[in-house]
Amino acid sequence: MSGVDFENALGLVQLDTNVTETDGDDAEYDSGGAAAHPDDAPVGEASTSDGAGTITFDRSGIRAGFLTCLPVALGVGGYGIAFGMLARRAGLSVAESALMSATVLAGAAQIIAVELWAEPIPVAAIVIATLAINLRYSLMGAALGPWLGRLSPLRSYGSLLVMADENWALTMRELQSGSGRGAFLLGTGIAMWVFWVTSTIIGAAAGGVIGDPASYGIDFVLAAVFVALATELWEGRSTLVPWLVALATAIVAAALVPGQWYILLGGFAAAAVEVIRHDG
Amino acid sequence: MMGEGALALDPLVVGVVLAMALVTALTKVGGLWLLRRIEVSERLEAGLSVLPGAIVIAILGPELAAGGPAEWGAAGVVLLVMWRTESILLSLCSGVGTVVLFRAIA
Repeated sequence: MSGVDFENALGLVQLDTNVTETDGDDAEYDSGGAAAHPDDAPVGEASTSDGAGTITFDRSGIRAGFLTCLPVALGVGGYGIAFGMLARRAGLSVAESALMSATVLAGAAQIIAVELWAEPIPVAAIVIATLAINLRYSLMGAALGPWLGRLSPLRSYGSLLVMADENWALTMRELQSGSGRGAFLLGTGIAMWVFWVTSTIIGAAAGGVIGDPASYGIDFVLAAVFVALATELWEGRSTLVPWLVALATAIVAAALVPGQWYILLGGFAAAAVEVIRHDG
Repeated sequence: MMGEGALALDPLVVGVVLAMALVTALTKVGGLWLLRRIEVSERLEAGLSVLPGAIVIAILGPELAAGGPAEWGAAGVVLLVMWRTESILLSLCSGVGTVVLFRAIA
């Protein structure tokens, strides 16, 4: 509907600001994006890191996303096994656990849900907890707006349905590099889905056979993905204030507020400070 | 391995699972849906532009704060490898390898 307005308002202008603010670091971005895809790189040096160029949605984008996400999805599979075992212990059948992984596709919310699971099922508590834990996805989806907003609703919303933390991070990185691969999120999401559902079934079927994911370092994969992404999102001094605000807010909120509200609060606080600091 | 009832689908359980799926789907598409419908001022735009990094830091900060020297060291390795090589795969592998190693030492 107002797709064009949105494109003008956010896709172009917002990122133009980025370019002017951070000339030096943008060069690093571009080389990063190109270096990450040496095999199929019509990315070119000329591509700006703003994504304001053309945006595609094709099979090669899906494929690139899928392949990039494979090692991350493997780590996610470690969590899937843990989730499957927890779900089974909570009294869900293998089929019910698999159904939850296939339709919800949100690790943290699912693990909390099966921890809340009891007889009778506390339906309201589970659904409200799921909402609270996953509200961060709205913020993450909005952050992908400059690119996804230029795709059709079916493609953008469809891709968002398979978004989770890890593949959001990979997609953010890809699109910031200026590749314009609109189907990247879908490709990463398919990899996440396949590994998440398969590993849930394995974990649920195997019961307690497999040990603690921490002993294989799998619990560190999420943190590692985010450190890598932070390295690339760093834009020099203009990034410092919002990041410090996000960090301080998140750490204080994580200690004071139950659940995962700290993520939302950290994001909102940084955005709010930036809105206040913005002087026209 | 699969005990009796592994394939059971209790209607109430399926209902709760689908309710979770619906709520989650709404959160996933909600942000973009809203963005498409509101007038985005330049001010708001400036705020939105810092969201990606801020969310990353908000997730990462408490996670690392809850860890110990093994996690901090491994995070440093990821940072260094990513900065030097720009390879996500290489930095992930060295990070996970480092955390396993450091935990074994500690």
